[in-house]
Amino acid sequence: MNQQLSSKRNSDSMRKSLNTLGSSVAAVILALVICGVLLLITGKNPLMAYGKILETGLTSEKFLEMLKRATPLIFSAIAVAIGFKMNLFNIGVEGQYLFAALISAEMGTHVSLPAPLHVLFILIVAMVSGAAWASIAAILKITRGINEVISTIMLNYIALSFIQWIFETFFRDDSDGGLNVKTTEIAPSGRMPDLVHDRLNGMFIVALFVAFLYWVVVFRSRFGFQLRASGLNPIAARTAGIPAKRMILFALLLSGAVAGLVAMPSVIGDVYAYGPSSTPTQFGFAGITVALLGRNHPFGIVVAAMLFGFLDSTSAVLQLSEIPSSIVKVIQAIIVLVVVIVNEASSRRYNRKIAEQAALSSKSMDVRS
Amino acid sequence: MQSGSVKPKLNSATDAGRVVELTNISKSFPGVIANRDISLQIDRATIHAIVGENGAGKSTLMKILYGLHQPDSGTIAINGVITQFKSPSEAMAAGIGMVHQHFMLADNLTVLENIILGSEPTKYGVLSLGDARKHVNELATSIGVEIDLDLPISDLGVGQRQRVEILKVLFRGAEILVLDEPTAVLVPQEVDELFTNLRKLVANGTTILFISHKLDEVLSISDQITVIRQGSTVATVSPKSIDRLRLAELMVGSDLPSHGERTTKVGEKIQLSARNLTVVAKNRKNPVQNVSFDIFESEIIGIAGVDGNGQFELCEALLGLVDTQGTVEIGGIDASNLNVRERLDQGLAYIPFDRHREGLMLTASLWENALLGHENSLSRGPMIDVESAKKSCREIIERFGVMTPSELVPAFVLSGGNQQKLVVGRNLATAPKVLIAAHPTRGIDVGAQAAVWDEIRRSRDAGMSVLLVSADLEEILGLSDRILVMFDGKISAELDPKKATPQILGKYMTGAQ
Repeated sequence: MNQQLSSKRNSDSMRKSLNTLGSSVAAVILALVICGVLLLITGKNPLMAYGKILETGLTSEKFLEMLKRATPLIFSAIAVAIGFKMNLFNIGVEGQYLFAALISAEMGTHVSLPAPLHVLFILIVAMVSGAAWASIAAILKITRGINEVISTIMLNYIALSFIQWIFETFFRDDSDGGLNVKTTEIAPSGRMPDLVHDRLNGMFIVALFVAFLYWVVVFRSRFGFQLRASGLNPIAARTAGIPAKRMILFALLLSGAVAGLVAMPSVIGDVYAYGPSSTPTQFGFAGITVALLGRNHPFGIVVAAMLFGFLDSTSAVLQLSEIPSSIVKVIQAIIVLVVVIVNEASSRRYNRKIAEQAALSSKSMDVRS
Repeated sequence: MQSGSVKPKLNSATDAGRVVELTNISKSFPGVIANRDISLQIDRATIHAIVGENGAGKSTLMKILYGLHQPDSGTIAINGVITQFKSPSEAMAAGIGMVHQHFMLADNLTVLENIILGSEPTKYGVLSLGDARKHVNELATSIGVEIDLDLPISDLGVGQRQRVEILKVLFRGAEILVLDEPTAVLVPQEVDELFTNLRKLVANGTTILFISHKLDEVLSISDQITVIRQGSTVATVSPKSIDRLRLAELMVGSDLPSHGERTTKVGEKIQLSARNLTVVAKNRKNPVQNVSFDIFESEIIGIAGVDGNGQFELCEALLGLVDTQGTVEIGGIDASNLNVRERLDQGLAYIPFDRHREGLMLTASLWENALLGHENSLSRGPMIDVESAKKSCREIIERFGVMTPSELVPAFVLSGGNQQKLVVGRNLATAPKVLIAAHPTRGIDVGAQAAVWDEIRRSRDAGMSVLLVSADLEEILGLSDRILVMFDGKISAELDPKKATPQILGKYMTGAQ
C-alpha cells in the first residue's frame, strides 16, 4: 500500500513536470509557426530562414557562443526570479548590474591579491554594490510603502546618469590620452579564466552554480520557504509570524546581489574593465523575459537563457542571407507571449483535473471508511 | 466522458408545476461514481433545499444542472422539456441562475455597474444605464431589497454584496435560482433579511434551490429537503415531518457524536491575560477599547458578537499584528513587546477568521501549508527538513481526518471543511498553551464541525486555554466555560453559558442591553 502510494506520488510529480515541459515545447513550436507566417508576409521563405538558423546553430562554434550569450541572461533572470518568488517586481536589475560593474571594475584595480582571491574579491564587491543599489528601492518600500516597480524603474535612469558622472569624474582611465573610454584594466590575477579559449568564460560555471544555489536557497531552505510563503499569501505569512518587512528587504538585497553579477562575464572575463560602450546593456530587461519563460525555476531559466542565447547567436548569420536579423527578436518576443498564454491555459486545465481527482479520491476514501 | 445513453422520456411534461426534474442522473469520473441514479423533482415557486456533507455530490449535481458537466446517463427536464446543457450560458438561457458562495463582484464598480456587467443593455450600440436602472430598481423593490445602486461594491457589507449577486442573476432573467451555501458568510440578522427576500422571490414565482448544511436554516426556509449522501439521494422530506437531529443523521449516515458535559475542571493558572487592551486606529474609532480578561488553564472563553464589533482586531492585537496599548501576558510572561513569531513561540496558536485570506497558501501543497508557522521546528540548520515536514503533515491528515489523496496536492483542491481541518490541525498539533480560535467551524459541514469541536475539547482537557470567537451561538453556548459579549469594541457583558440563552446573548450582541 505504502509503496503503491509513493510510486503514485512520483508519477504525479513526474506528470506535472511533463505537463509543464510539454506545454513549453508546444509554445515554442507555436511561436515558430506564427513567426513563419510573419516571414511569409514579408516575402521570405520561413523554412529557409529556420534552416539557416539550425544549420549555423548546430556547429560547435555556435554552441559555445550560445552558452556565452546565455551566461549574463542566467544571472539576470535569477535576480528577477528571486523577486518574483515573493511577488516583488525588480525591474531595476539593469541599473543594479551597471552600477555593480563600474564599482567592482574600479575596486578590482585597487587591490593586489593572489588570483582566486582577487577574482572572488571583485565578485563580492559586485554583489555588494548590486545589493546596495537595490537596497534603495527596498528601503523606500519598507519605510514609505513605495511600489518597487516604480522605484526600480526610476532608479534605472538615476543609475545611468549617476554611473556616467562617477565614471567621467573619478574612474575614467586617461592614461591613453583620452582615447581609452574605460576604467583601468584589471590585473591578470583578477581575471576569470576562460573555459574554452576566447570562446567561453568561466563565469558560465559560476552562472550554473548560482542557479543551483538559487534552487537550494529558495526551494529548500527555511528562508526560501518564508520568502515563497510571503509571495503566495502575504497575509497568511504575516499571521504565521513571518516578518513581512524583513522578507522584502532580504529578497531585494538578494536579487540585487545576483544582479550585480550580470556584467561580470564582460568585466572580468572579456574586457577586464568597465566602459560605457564596452559593458553590455539591456540584460536587465532580457532577464525578465527569460525568468518568465523559465517560470522562475532554475532549470527552466537555464534552458530559456540558452534558447535566447541560441537565437541571438544566429542573428548575424541571418543577415548574411538577407533575412532581417530583427526576426530573432520577434521570435523571442512571440515565444515569451505564447509561452505565458499556453502555460496559463495548461496549468489551469491541469489544476482543474487534479482538483477533480482529489475530490473524487477523497470521496472514495470516505466510502471505504 | 460522452453523454452516453440518454433515454428520451415522453411522459415528463405531465406535471405543469414541476420546474426542474432530474431523472436517474449518474455521473462517474475515472474510477469513482460521483452521482448515482439521482432523481429530483422541484416544484415551481418553492424553496427546495439540498443538504449533504462536503463531497457528498451536491456540487457535481449542481454543476450538471448548470451545464458545467454533462451527465453520463439520466435526463434533465426544465418546465417539462428534456434539455441538455452543454455550457453554463445554455443553462442561463433556460432561466437557471447560480449565486456562488464566493462573490464575483468588481470592488471598484458601483452596484448598478456590477449588476449589468456582462449583459449591458444598449441602445444603438450605446450603453443605456437609464433602462437598466429602472429594471434593477423594479427587481429590487419586488423582492424587498433596499440598496443604493450608485455605491461602489467596496462600501457594502457581506449581506448586501450577496443581494447584488442575486439581483445580478435575476437581471439576466433567471427563474430558477441556485444558491450555493448562501448563509455561510452571514450573521443571524443578515440571514433573516436574506430569508425575507427569498420568500418574496418565491411569492413572485421564482424557484429556489438552496444548497446548505446549516440544518436549522434549511428547516426554517425550505418547502422540501433532499438529502444527498455519497452520491445518491437518501430521502426527500418535508421540513414539517423531520427534526434537526434526524436530518443530521440522514446526512451523515450514522449517529452523531454527542457532546456531554465536560468532566475536567478549569485550572488555577492564568494562561492568557489582557489588561486594558486598546487597538489604536487612524481615521476611525478605536476598534478595541480597554478590553481586559484572563483565561485560565483548561478554560474556554467564548467571545460572542456580531461580526465587526472588534473581535478581529482583538485577535490581531493578541497576536501582535497591530499597534496596541495595554498589556498581554502569555503563560505568565509579558508579551506586550514581543513580535508575532515570539508570541507563537510562547505557546500561542491562532485559527484565523478567514482560512483563505489569513490561513492558507492555496496553490502550495498541503505539507507546505502545514509547515507555515512551524518552519523553525521542522528545519535542520538553515534547511527545511522536507521529510519531517511531510511526515508531520501526514500525521495531521491522519489525526484530524483530512480527506485528501496525499500531502502533496495543493490546498485549493480540498473542500472547505477539509481545508479547515488542516488549519485546525496545524495549530493543535504542536500542543499550544493558548489557542485563539476565530470561527473555527465557519462554512464546514456537521461532521467536520463535530470533529473540530472534539479536537478543541480534547486539547482543552489536556490543559489548553481557548479564546473562542464565533458568531455561531450554538458553538459559543456549547463550548464555552464563560462567555464575554463584545459590542462596539468593548466587552459589554460576561455571562454564564448555563444561564445564557440565544435570546439573552442576542440582546447584548446588538447593544439592546
